[in-house]
Amino acid sequence: MIKLSDINKTYYTEATSLHVLKGVDLLIESGDYVSIMGASGSGKSTLLNILGMLDNYDTGDYYLNNILIKNLSERQAAKYRNEMIGFVFQSFNLINFKNALENVALPLYYRKISRKKRNIIAMEYLDKMGLKDWAYHLPSEMSGGQKQRVAIARAIISEPKILLADEPTGALDSKTTEEVMQLLTDLNKGGITTIIVTHEKSVADATKKVIHIKDGMIESIESNHNYPLTTIH
Amino acid sequence: MFDLDKFQEIWITITHNKSRSVMTAFGIFWGMFMLVVMVGAGVALERGITSQIEGFATNSCFIWTDRTSLPYKGFRKGRQWNMENKDLQILKSTVPEIQYMAPMIFAGNTNNNVTRNDKAGSYHIKGNLPAYNLIDNQKLIFGRYINDVDIAEKRKVCVIGERVYEVLFPHGENPIGKSIQVKGIYFQVIGVTRSNANINIGGDSMESVILPFSTMQQVFNMGNSIHFMAITAQPGVKVSEVEKKVYAALKTANNISPDDPTAVGGMNMEDQFTMFLYLGIGISSLIWIVGLGTLFAGAVGVSNIMLVTVRERTREIGIRRALGATPRVIVSQILTESIVLTLMAGTAGLMFGVSVLSLAGKLLENSTGIIKDPQIGFGVGLGALLILLIIGTLAGFIPANRAMKIKPIEAIREE
Repeated sequence: MIKLSDINKTYYTEATSLHVLKGVDLLIESGDYVSIMGASGSGKSTLLNILGMLDNYDTGDYYLNNILIKNLSERQAAKYRNEMIGFVFQSFNLINFKNALENVALPLYYRKISRKKRNIIAMEYLDKMGLKDWAYHLPSEMSGGQKQRVAIARAIISEPKILLADEPTGALDSKTTEEVMQLLTDLNKGGITTIIVTHEKSVADATKKVIHIKDGMIESIESNHNYPLTTIH
Repeated sequence: MFDLDKFQEIWITITHNKSRSVMTAFGIFWGMFMLVVMVGAGVALERGITSQIEGFATNSCFIWTDRTSLPYKGFRKGRQWNMENKDLQILKSTVPEIQYMAPMIFAGNTNNNVTRNDKAGSYHIKGNLPAYNLIDNQKLIFGRYINDVDIAEKRKVCVIGERVYEVLFPHGENPIGKSIQVKGIYFQVIGVTRSNANINIGGDSMESVILPFSTMQQVFNMGNSIHFMAITAQPGVKVSEVEKKVYAALKTANNISPDDPTAVGGMNMEDQFTMFLYLGIGISSLIWIVGLGTLFAGAVGVSNIMLVTVRERTREIGIRRALGATPRVIVSQILTESIVLTLMAGTAGLMFGVSVLSLAGKLLENSTGIIKDPQIGFGVGLGALLILLIIGTLAGFIPANRAMKIKPIEAIREE
């Protein structure tokens, strides 16, 4: 599903340059449930951004679904993002003047699906998240857990191959964290390849595979023998 | 390629950010409103001015006589002279460019010079030819104007101004065929005039009694004198040229030095009309410059606010990009938002401006002043909307370009 070979990425500022990813090789199979752990500044978010085609890399090759993702035009990148990837963010990134339903339906708008149809689909997904009654509420009227569930519904409405979650529980309390992780686990069981960037041990423990990244290099990849967990501590 | 779905998406963005949208739109609304009101006022001013000279032949000039100021051919300077009937023949033969020639004579408005039974008034007495009506067109509310037969037979008939009629006749009475006394001599009323223009020669035409030129010369012992002459040029000939030739011919015929600056006085309508024309052009171009300036300022405002808005919406745009919006879609969204806002605000400003104008028009309906019937033409309105469309596009261009450059990764970076 995902194949990275010798990915390098350097950020340049006026005075200095920062070599963030130093030759990353990675293979993630279809249906995998992977967490990426690392200290702040280790390059884990950059890796996720490259995986999500939100950022370019300097050298190396990135194959997604056997397509070489390299030097894409903004248009192509946008298309692939829309078709293949669902994003979940730490701060939810819902559009604050749109209600839950409109937020969830947005990816389908960019896929040119009619308003009526996409609202029906969005309602189904909200229902799956148990948020049917909140469809017409603005994000500002919802709790963190509800917002993240709206965001997840939005991420999966386009039926992507891969779900990329950047600190999905970073802004949530432990109880909600548990609920959200359960949701992500269930989604993975449904077949979606899921990659979670986190620095919380409890979150990583819920995934099948944990990738430790340090100073721009993959330190280790360990299989989580405890998986599947029934509870997260 | 009207895309209802895209439109709804934009409509949601506009309506869910009401105060922002209203702030953005207000500049355009105000600019358009000002433009419409100013253009309307300009049109009204132009119409008002034009109505002052309505019915007056634009290619006419007027000639009178004064004391000579140079000695010539044995005549001393300071000589008082008059044009005479013979001059009409001379002018006709020497200046073929003359279209109509209307000599006039005047008798002053001495105390109660016009009477009918027990009613009396002081009015201007003028002797005119039928040709005068071709130069300063009179609206007749009763009867007819002086005609050639009146002149030839020296009939004792008269055309009176509307105010003369109001004073001498009871309300509603038909004056035609009735007699009035002018300086003690009976004249039969054949017409009542109402002047169109606010230009009056030899006194207010509403307060004038017009007699046939020939009759007046005879009954008031005026000999062959002509006090005043109105002349129009043939079509295609500049009246100022004709005026010069007439001056020269009159001077030659009356033993006046060709260089005499005062002996022949005159005024030509061409100058007046040109002045009005330039005045009109000046006013309307000033209005358009100021109006378009205001509109442009509004557009700069829209552009500015949208630029700030784009900055404020960086995250939103980043999210949209992450969810699959291409840069083109984002540009088109920002541009369309700008155009929709501009068009709506502009149309509102246009409609508000037009209603204010029509209200003002109602209030000024009976005014005879120099502001009359303020309104803007359909074409002007349409043109203004077209300008708005262009302005909206231009106003949206810079912010849209800025929005296009937003990279999703920068936008959604966690703080």
